[in-house]
Amino acid sequence: MSIWRDIKGTIEPFWVTLRNMFRPVVTIEYPEVRAEISPRYRGRLILTRDPDGQERCVACYLCSAACPVDCISMQATEGENGRRYAAWFRINFSRCIFCGLCTEACPTLAIQVTGDFELANRNPLETVWEKEELLVDHCGQEPGYNFYHHAGIGVAAARGCNPGEDKPVNVKDLLP
Amino acid sequence: MPEWLLISLLILAKLGLIFFVLLTLAAYLVLAERKILGRMQLRPGPNRVGPFGTMQPLADVIKLLTKEDFIPDQADKWLFMLAPGLAAVTALLTFAVVPFGPPLTLFGHEVPLVVCDLNIGVLFFLGLSSLAVYGMTLGGWASNSKYALLGAIRGLSQLISYELSMGLALVPVVMLARSFSLTDIVMAQADVPFALVNPLAFLIFLISIVAESKRIPFDLPEAENELVAGFHTEYSGMRFGLFFVGEYINLIILGSMLTIFFLGGWMGPFLPGVVWFSIKVLLVCFFFIWVRGTLPRLRYDQLMHFGWKILLPLSLLNVILTGAFLLWRQG
Repeated sequence: MSIWRDIKGTIEPFWVTLRNMFRPVVTIEYPEVRAEISPRYRGRLILTRDPDGQERCVACYLCSAACPVDCISMQATEGENGRRYAAWFRINFSRCIFCGLCTEACPTLAIQVTGDFELANRNPLETVWEKEELLVDHCGQEPGYNFYHHAGIGVAAARGCNPGEDKPVNVKDLLP
Repeated sequence: MPEWLLISLLILAKLGLIFFVLLTLAAYLVLAERKILGRMQLRPGPNRVGPFGTMQPLADVIKLLTKEDFIPDQADKWLFMLAPGLAAVTALLTFAVVPFGPPLTLFGHEVPLVVCDLNIGVLFFLGLSSLAVYGMTLGGWASNSKYALLGAIRGLSQLISYELSMGLALVPVVMLARSFSLTDIVMAQADVPFALVNPLAFLIFLISIVAESKRIPFDLPEAENELVAGFHTEYSGMRFGLFFVGEYINLIILGSMLTIFFLGGWMGPFLPGVVWFSIKVLLVCFFFIWVRGTLPRLRYDQLMHFGWKILLPLSLLNVILTGAFLLWRQG
């Protein structure tokens, strides 16, 4: 009968709330107690080094291109030995949405996520992290990976000056 | 010391004590509500200010006092400023007729533990509870805001739908106690509380006072997901605080009224009367909080339907039945 159902439906919830009152609290009281963070948690980004202690980043701009909120910016440059690196590398963490797409785009596994989430700051300018702050001296979550062992370092000498290499062709000369 | 001075001093002491206890209790009821609701939702509730959050009411008061006192541009200024006071004062005034303990003998005088034992206490309570809606209505109207006005209108029409059944639920109590004085009504329950004698009236009165307190499931005047905050949308600072405190004082008042009319007031074994009274009032307050943690808000028309088509006929029937029973018992 519908009225009996209504009365039952009014009384029963009281029992539910009373029972819940004596169950343990599920809240994690943050500053005192910290939640255990999953190893796959996507927190603050870092720039890792390869096992030789060299920067992994080759300043290919792929992370910057993959970033949906455009929070990564850099300037590529080349070292004496032909190795590319970022002259400056900047992540604006007040813009970052911690999606991890940059880490998926990175061909050298240089940019990686960490479990750190405490980035709050009173000064918004201090949420912009420069390369020196982002760079760490370990391999992050990919120990032992060295991109240059697979790809080799770029040519140090000018084009056509390496041993066993032809001079570059002047395309204008090929014209009839 | 002349007689009149002693008596007026006693009255002043009683007034001060009631004022202090009532306001402190209202403040801590807010904390208790937040704590209990929190536990019902598996949260700890406020626990940052002081040990276990016990200083939270103090922090709230400081916050409310230091907030900007904002008056909308097109508002009716005087009414806008008066309304919160009206809401709090009517709630406080009702406690004048509440007997919270058996008469006490002090300095050779018999001191009744009630500010003023009116012989029409029931009517005084009903009158002030109808007046209480004025603070809300005038506040909502004076704000010159559509949400506040809608909340005020809802409050008024809600008042009409529950007030009748509330008054009619008290008629059997008066018939059983043969008095309008609250002290006499408590005295008449020395053996059996009226909640057992007349459970239907108890139930109707309980539902009516939940509507009177304007809390879930009948918090239509301030239905926050429809009307922002209802009648106090435009209020800020301590004016909002007065509305807020008024609501919780009202809660204590209604708890005391339920205790007096149906739960036997200060009557109870072993413990002193005042303690029994406080225990009963606090239990009723807990029930109110429990209801808030449990039930969803009714729709506007559901409340009207419930008030007019179910509660009112039931309470009328109850009056007739109680009268018939009393006549039959007289023989």
